[in-house]
Amino acid sequence: MLRARFLIPLVVFAVMVVFLGVGLNLDPREVPSPLIDKPAPAFELPQLEAADKTFSQKDMLGKVWMLNVWASWCVSCREEHPHLVAFARTGAVPIYGLNYKDERAAGIAWLARFGNPYQLSAYDHQGQVGIDYGVYGVPETYLIDKAGVIRYKRIGIVTPEVIRDKILPLVKELNGNG
Amino acid sequence: MGKLLALLLGLVLAGTALAREAPTVAADPVLEKRVMALAEELRCLVCQNQTIADSHADLAIDLKNQIREKLKAGMNEAQIKDYMVARYGDFVLYRPQVKATTVPLWFGPFALLLVAVAGLFYYIVRRRHAAPAQTLSEEEQAKVRALLDAPEERT
Repeated sequence: MLRARFLIPLVVFAVMVVFLGVGLNLDPREVPSPLIDKPAPAFELPQLEAADKTFSQKDMLGKVWMLNVWASWCVSCREEHPHLVAFARTGAVPIYGLNYKDERAAGIAWLARFGNPYQLSAYDHQGQVGIDYGVYGVPETYLIDKAGVIRYKRIGIVTPEVIRDKILPLVKELNGNG
Repeated sequence: MGKLLALLLGLVLAGTALAREAPTVAADPVLEKRVMALAEELRCLVCQNQTIADSHADLAIDLKNQIREKLKAGMNEAQIKDYMVARYGDFVLYRPQVKATTVPLWFGPFALLLVAVAGLFYYIVRRRHAAPAQTLSEEEQAKVRALLDAPEERT
């Protein structure tokens, strides 16, 4: 015991390295959402491109779908957008947009410029639906199952890795079980 | 001259004080006080280490408006906190409720302290037992005496 004493600082150091290593690899922006496994909050919003039509989460009952929160003022959305456009082309899961605290004309122009991966976008000018969905860092993405329950939430950019490792397997699972 | 300087300084300070004040919408100061009291309890998720009372982020302003409207509509503080937690999770509260998932957060530091104190206590007690009073043999005592009595060496 006494002989192993010189090992104590080494052990303390190793424990610290492990803790700091884990701590550094955690993303403090990724706050666990309380909405996982809860029904998607209800909303009914005008559509971005057709102000006279509305879109509600109820319209999607019976389908697995993805809700992506975006805005023309959101810089990270530009980075994310090509991945979404490519993902939409595969047709794996229908993607709907929530245009968050944006101006209608700016949103439409943005889609015209960068491409439109969305079946349609709901126009949340006031940001009330965003608050109901706990949005705090656009872009955010939700995967909602056939029963209208949120099964996955991604805060920040949806990368090809996220699509491959998280979204696609879950989409398959959700479609298979229904 | 001194008066003028004081006046100028006063004006400058008044200006910064005004600039720092978050824009208030409600004319009712009592309501506004409740809004700010509640806003101080809630974390701004955009800027994480600020309360939404301190923050000027868009979301913080929206949430302050939400609080104001909900208070006006007759909801109480606890209900509004629940509303926020339902959307943003426990992280939004600066003083999270005590429940199963937050027990380590609340009592972990005390548990650690307890473990540390117990360890220290154990260590001290063991040391006291492990170190018996040492006595010198005759031979050693003679050596000590010789060393002490020897004239000081100069180098």
